[in-house]
Amino acid sequence: MALLEAKNIRKFYGDFCALDGVSLSVAAGEFVSIIGPNGAGKTTLVNVLTGLATPTTGTVRFKGEEVAGIGPVRLARRGMARSFQLVNIFPGLTAGETIAVAVLSRLGRGRRLWASLARDAEVAASVRDVAELFGLSDKLSRPARTLPQGDKKLLDVASAFALGPEIILLDEPTSGVSTRDKHLIMEVLVGAAKRIGIKAILQVEHDMDIVFGYSDRIVALHQGRVLADTTPAGIRADAQVIATVVGKPLS
Amino acid sequence: MIGRLALAVATVGVAVVPFLGRDYYATLMLPFFGYGIALLGLNLLFGYTGLLSFGHALFVALGAYTAAYMTSAFGILHFEVILLVSALAALVIGVPIGLLCVRYVKIYFGMLTLAFGMLFYSFLYKFYHLTGGDEGMRVLRPKLLGQSFPTLDKVEFLIGPFYFYALVLLAVATVVMWRIVRSPFGLCLRSIRENPNKAEYVGVSVRRYRFYAFLLAGVFGAVGGTILVVPTGLADPLLAYWTHSGNLVFMLVLGGFANFFGPILGAFVFIFLQDSVMSLTQYWRFIFGAILAVVVIFFPRGLMSLLDPRARAGA
Repeated sequence: MALLEAKNIRKFYGDFCALDGVSLSVAAGEFVSIIGPNGAGKTTLVNVLTGLATPTTGTVRFKGEEVAGIGPVRLARRGMARSFQLVNIFPGLTAGETIAVAVLSRLGRGRRLWASLARDAEVAASVRDVAELFGLSDKLSRPARTLPQGDKKLLDVASAFALGPEIILLDEPTSGVSTRDKHLIMEVLVGAAKRIGIKAILQVEHDMDIVFGYSDRIVALHQGRVLADTTPAGIRADAQVIATVVGKPLS
Repeated sequence: MIGRLALAVATVGVAVVPFLGRDYYATLMLPFFGYGIALLGLNLLFGYTGLLSFGHALFVALGAYTAAYMTSAFGILHFEVILLVSALAALVIGVPIGLLCVRYVKIYFGMLTLAFGMLFYSFLYKFYHLTGGDEGMRVLRPKLLGQSFPTLDKVEFLIGPFYFYALVLLAVATVVMWRIVRSPFGLCLRSIRENPNKAEYVGVSVRRYRFYAFLLAGVFGAVGGTILVVPTGLADPLLAYWTHSGNLVFMLVLGGFANFFGPILGAFVFIFLQDSVMSLTQYWRFIFGAILAVVVIFFPRGLMSLLDPRARAGA
C-alpha cells in the first residue's frame, strides 16, 4: 500500500489551473523526486500534499487516511514532515532549541507548563542525537541566525527530521547551497533518514545531478500535469521529457 | 552569579523600604507590586509570544472590580479568596475574548484587544447600577491570611502587612513566570514568536498556544489589578481605559520586553518617574512622551539593556 497517495488533484487559483489532474503515490522505501520547469506546479503540489493548500478537487491519503487540508500540525503528528525551499528557521532560538521544539512535539510534551526543559534528559539526548546526524553538535548553543547558510539549511531539515516522521517532503533541499556542499548535504540527509527510520522521501529539486543521483523514481510535471512518472532510466530514455523539463541534454 | 546577586540585593532593598521611615515611598511601592505582576503576564504575551495587546488593562480592571465586588457587595474580605476569584474571572472572560483575538496577529490583534478593553470600559462606565459608573466601587480593606489587623490605621496596614503580602505575591508570580518561560511550553511560545509558520510545521499548534498565553497573561493581569486597588480603596472605570493599557505597554518598553526582568524594572521606573514628573509639571504626559521616544530610539531593548549585557545583545 502506498504511504502517500494523491489522486486526480486539481488546484485553481481564480481561473488559473496550477494542478490539473495530478496523481502521485509514494511507497515505503522510496525516494521520489518531483521535477519540472518553473511554474510547473511543483511547490503547489507539495503544498497540497502537506496540508498548506486545499485541493479544489481530488484526494490526498496518508497511510490510508484522507489528509487534504488538515493542516501542517495534524500532519506532523501523523508522521509527515516538510522542509522549505527557502531556509525556514527560528532566528532567535539556538540550534539546540530549534531541534528541541520538534522533539517536544514528537514526545507530546510541548504543553508542559511547569516542567524544566533544561532538566529533561530525554529531550536533551534526542536533540544531541539529531544534531550529531547533521553535524551540528558543536553549534547547539549558537543562535540559529548566526549559523552559516549551509548549516541553516541543515538545521531547517534537522528540525523536520527530529519529528521522527514516516515520510519527509523536501522542497529543494540544496537550494541556496554551494555546488560543493550539495552532495554533502544530500549524503547527510539520506544517512539521517536511514538512521531515524524515515520510510520515504519526496523531494522537489532542480539540480539534475541530485535528482538522478538519489531518486528511485522521478515524477515530471509540466503546466500542472504529470508528464512522466518513472525511473531515472526511463526519464533519461524519454527525449520529449528531457526536452520539456530539463531543456538540455543530460550529462 | 552577578545576576543572582543583583536580584538578591534588589529584593532586600525593596523589603527594607518600609523601615526607612519614608512612608510615602513605601506606599508608592504598592502599585509597583501590582503592575509588576500584570506586566509579567503582558510580557509572556508580547515578549515571548509576539502578540502586543493594547487591551491588557481590561484584565487589570477585572481584577480590581472583582476585589470591589467581593469586599463591598458580598462582604468577602479574605484576600486569598479574592485573588482566586479574580484569576477565575480572568479565565472566564479571557476564554471568549482570547478565542477570537488569537485568530489574528500584529496590528489586528492589537486593535481587537483595544476594542474589547474599551467595551469593558464602556460597560463599567454606563452600567451604573452594577458598577457604580464613573464613581466606581469601593474596595474594603481585605483580611490577609485571615487577619484583619484592626489596630492598624490605613497607612500602617498598607506599608506593614499588605506591603509584605504584595511583595511575596510579586516574588511568587515571578518564580511562577520564570518556570513557565523555561518550560517546554515557554520554548514553544518563543518558537511561535520567531516563526509561526515554521512552528506549525514542527507540530506546534500556534493558535492554541497563543490562546493559552493569552489566558495566562489575563490571570496575571487580574491578580495585579486586585493588588492595585487595595491602596486606593477604589475600583474605577479608568482602570480599563485605553490610556491605562498604553501605560502598561509603556512600562514594558521602558524596562525592556526582551529580558525577563525588564517589565518589573519598567514598572518600578514608571511609578517613580511618574511621581517625580507629576510633582514638577502639569505637562507630565508631554515629558513622558519624550522619554518614551528617547528609550525607543536609543535603548530599543529598554533600560534593562543598560544593566544586562545579554539583553543589550539581544540574547
